[in-house]
Parts: sequence; structure tokens; C-alpha cells
Amino acid sequence: MSLIHLRNISRCYQMGAETIHALRDVSLEIQRGEYVAIMGPSGSGKSTLMNLIGCLDTPTAGHYELNGANVSEMDDNQLAEIRNREIGFVFQTFNLLSRSNALHNVELPLIYNGMAMEQRRRVALDALAQVGLADRVHHKPNELSGGQRQRVAVARALVNKPSLLLADEPTGNLDSRTGAEIMTLFEELSRKGNTLVLVTHEEDIAKHARRIIRLRDGLIASDEKQAAGPG
Amino acid sequence: MKFVAEIREGLGISWNALISNKMRSALATLGIIIGIVTVTLMGAAINGLNQAFIKNVSALGADVFYVSRFKWFNNTYEDWLSMRKRKPLHLVDAEALTKQLTLAAVVVPAISDNDSVKYKTRSASSVDIIGTTDGYLQTSGGDIAQGRFLTAADGRGNQPICIIGNAVATNLFRGENPIGQRIRIANQSFQVIGVLGKQGNLLGWSLDNRVIIPIREFLSGIWNGQLDDIEVKAGKLANLDDAQNELRQVMRRIRHLRPDQPDDFAINQQDQLVAWFHSQTATIAVIGLFITSLALFVGGIGIMNIMFVSVVERTREIGVRKAIGAKRRTILLQFLIEAACICCFGGLIGLGIAWLATLAVTQWLFPASLSVGIVITAVLVALLTGVVAGFLPAWRAARMDPVEALRSE
Repeated sequence: MSLIHLRNISRCYQMGAETIHALRDVSLEIQRGEYVAIMGPSGSGKSTLMNLIGCLDTPTAGHYELNGANVSEMDDNQLAEIRNREIGFVFQTFNLLSRSNALHNVELPLIYNGMAMEQRRRVALDALAQVGLADRVHHKPNELSGGQRQRVAVARALVNKPSLLLADEPTGNLDSRTGAEIMTLFEELSRKGNTLVLVTHEEDIAKHARRIIRLRDGLIASDEKQAAGPG
Repeated sequence: MKFVAEIREGLGISWNALISNKMRSALATLGIIIGIVTVTLMGAAINGLNQAFIKNVSALGADVFYVSRFKWFNNTYEDWLSMRKRKPLHLVDAEALTKQLTLAAVVVPAISDNDSVKYKTRSASSVDIIGTTDGYLQTSGGDIAQGRFLTAADGRGNQPICIIGNAVATNLFRGENPIGQRIRIANQSFQVIGVLGKQGNLLGWSLDNRVIIPIREFLSGIWNGQLDDIEVKAGKLANLDDAQNELRQVMRRIRHLRPDQPDDFAINQQDQLVAWFHSQTATIAVIGLFITSLALFVGGIGIMNIMFVSVVERTREIGVRKAIGAKRRTILLQFLIEAACICCFGGLIGLGIAWLATLAVTQWLFPASLSVGIVITAVLVALLTGVVAGFLPAWRAARMDPVEALRSE
């Protein structure tokens, strides 16, 4: 069974008197372990699709199953729970809590799922070590470089062992060298069996993925698989 | 476990928010401080007045009955009119009581007037002139500072002697030894045989501005009128209810009342005075606390305002927290804890200031006193203010749409 299963998903927004159809009747399946890039110009609906896949939003119509759970019917609290359990987010602007150190940032999802303090600490330290920041755990975001910040964000996304890693323009705020570092990290995570969904408008970045889905005007314009990328 | 972790997280966030916005936190806290100070001081003032009153009134003695025509309290105008027609009390009634009561330790008639007292060229006006007997010290709870009080023989006879209150001694004699001197009351000469110890005030009435003379001397020399009251102190081993019952029966016999006739006298006790005073201060407390709590209310609005600003400022943080799994409850709790922390912090500072102010007020104005109850109440009220004031902003934060929140700058 596929990890992500979208069936006839539509999402409309009301903008004054006008109704905007951000997604029109989109159907999509993503299997466990896939590395997918979602591309499209701004206004194509890729952010909307990402929000839906990430359970931050629910569709106006259609059916969404994530890991066997019917997300389209969930209320606010159930969505929060499933985000905590199933999804790790990596944002373009990192979105770390600026007043907390790296360790606390990574611990946060574990606090929300109620893990005991000592175990939480161990798991968080482990996740930071995995992204190569074992020696930066007590640094605050403003004491870290951009690449290091994004690594903290990746550690935070992975710490709950989610079934899906969802990255929104993860290299958008990084220079090309650190961007490449992050992409290498993603490559490695993919090899270890994680499911990755990458939202980007950069062809170079999308090339790392094994499958590229292109959106245009709220519809899937193309969906093609490709050989292993340059990484 | 989960809940505890969330509260710990909330406390950590509050601490960070407080110290990273010092000026704003200080201003928000100031409102609460002022509110808590005013409310606490009001409570302390009422508490202090009550305590001072209890201390004063306990001098009257819980085991003393005051037989009089009038009931002290809870009178309607009609009651008062009918009580005014009652037969007055006379010395013979007191004498009959002395003979017939078995459970009483002492029976003391008292009659008073207000007059000026002169010594040489000096005079003191509006002094309470009290005619009574030797038992008066036992029922009124005074003591003798100098000289002696009336003896049983003085009480029965009519020697022109007097015992003066502390204030009278100070005002008339100014350091001279009053014992053996003669003072003039209503154009009669009295020899001072004793000075009473300082007693203070009762309901603003000075207990030191008085002169005590033998009751017969009063009746023959000053005013041959009815007694104010007859004070009966119950014997040491007597049950108070029994003593009161006996007193009532004997009074009825003296007044020749038939069983179907109601009492034509009243038996008053100190506890009625206490109850009356408490009902008065309770009224003051309700009004006072209402007015002072307005200050706290304004402080609460300040907190609400600050929390709204805080929520708007941290919209993105709220979005991030929601994205990684914070539920509505978690966000709500986070902001409630923050508001409660500001208020508790303000409350504690307010209590500190109120404590100092209480010391100052007690020193220079009137007795005030903080009690454990007031302290606990103040902290709880501060906490409650925080939770109530923080609720609306916190609710708004909790209901935020994560997509919108993440998009905000």
C-alpha cells in the first residue's frame, strides 16, 4: 500500500467574492521510500499541495490517506498528532525557535509527543549527531551558520522517526555550497530508506530526486521518474 | 507526564519571553502590582481594624452581662420607641440583684454623665463622669496605675472621692502628682485617690477621658437619674447560659412580670458588639474591595493587551510549534502560563510593597495587618487575573491556522 494516497483532491480559497481553485481534482500516489520533487511556478498550487500532504491543511473535496489514516476527515488536534508522528518538516527559513538552543529545538517534537525527559535528551542528541552537529548542541540558532541551522531543522524533522520528510525549498536561503551539503544529506537519508518529498522551483535541486511532479494551474502537468541524480 | 512536560515547556517559554521583553514585561507587571497592592492594603486595613477592635473589646470581658432598658443592636425604630417606655433601672434593682443572684461574681450599677472637670485654673471638658461601685474594675477591665480604686465601703457610702482616667490626669495635672489633690466636678469638690491605667479607644471613644466617683455621690450630688446599666459578671465556675438565665429570671421577679408578659429590660453582651462591628467592617470591606479591585481589573486589561501583542509577534513561532505537533491545548496552555507568570510575579512584588506599606500605615495611621489568608488570596487573585486576562489572547493563538501562521513574517 502506498504511503501517500491523494484521490480527486481539490482545494479552493475564497478571496473576497472570488473563488480561487488552487488544486483541481488532483490524484497522486507516493510509495514508501520514494524521493519525490514537486515543482511548478508560483501560483501553480505546489504550496497548497505541500500543505495538504503535510497535514497542515485539509482539502475542500477529495480523499487523502497518509500511512493508512484518513487525513481528509481529521480535526485540528488529530492533524497536530499526525503531523507530530508521521511528518518531519524542513522549511526554507529553517523556522527554529530563536531563543532555544539546538538541543531544545530538536527535543520539541518529543516534548509534544510526551516522551520522558532522559529518553528525549538521548534521542535528540542522537539525531543531532546524525546530521553532524554533536558539538553544537548548546548553540542557539544565531550562533550557527545557515547550513548548520538547516541541519538542526533536519534533525528536528527526523527526531520522531516520521514516515515522511517534507522539505519546502530547503536550500532557498543557503549559498550553493551549503545547499549542496544539505542535498547530500537528503541523498543519504533517502538511501537509508526515508521517504522524501521536496518542494522546489529550482531544476538543479529537483534533479536530485528520483521522481519529479510538475504542477501548473492546480493540475499535475507531468509526473516522471528519472535515474539517480548527480549526488 | 505529557502534561507536566508541556507545563515545564510553558514555564521555560514564559521566562524567555519575560526577559527578552524586559520593558514591556515591567510595564505590564506594574499594572498588576498596583492592583495587588491596593487590594491587599484594603484587606490588611480591614483585618487590622478588626484585630484592634477585638483587642479593645476583649477588655469588656466575655462573661459580663449588661442589663439595660435598650437592646444594643438590631433595633427597629418601633423597637426603640417601645423600649423607651420601659421602666428605668435604679440602684435598688442592682441591690436586689446582688442579693438574689447566686451565679454572679459581682453586680455593678453604673450611671454616667458628661461634664467638665476643673483643677485650679485648668479645666478639661466633655469628660465622662461615671458613678459606680468597687466592682467596676472587674467588669470594665481597667487597672489602677497609681493610688487605689473604690473599696466596698466607698461604693456603699458617698465620700467625695474620685479615680481619674489617664488622659484626665495628663491634661489636668501635667506631671504633678494628682493623688490627694482636689478637683471640681459640677461645682463640687472631689479628692483624687487613684489614677487608672491607659486603656485606649473603643470605637473611637476614649476610655481614658473619664472620672469615676462613688455611685451614691453621683446620685446625690450630680444627677439623681436612672442607671445606664447594671453590669453583672458571671462567677468563675458558672456556665454562661445558666448565669444569663438566672439573671433574666431574677430581673423578671424584681420587675414583677407575669409569665405572659415580655421582658421589659435587655441583657446585652460583648459578643453582640463584636458581631455588630464585624457587620460594619464587612460592609466597608465589600465596598472597599470592589473599588480597589477596579485597579486590578485595569491591570488585567494591561496584561490582556500585552498578551495580544505577544501572540501577534510570535505568530510564526506558533505556526512552527503547530507544524511539529503542538495541539490547541498546548498553545493555549503556553500563553496562559505566560500571562499567569507575569501576574504571579507582579502579585509577589505587590505583596512585598503592601507588606512595607502595612508597616508604615500601622506606624503612622491606624492598625493594619497582613494575614496568611490575605497573602494566599492575593496570590490566587493575581493568578486568576492572569488566567482570565490571558485567556482571550491565548485562545486566539491556539486557534491559529498553521498555514497562515507559517506564512506570516
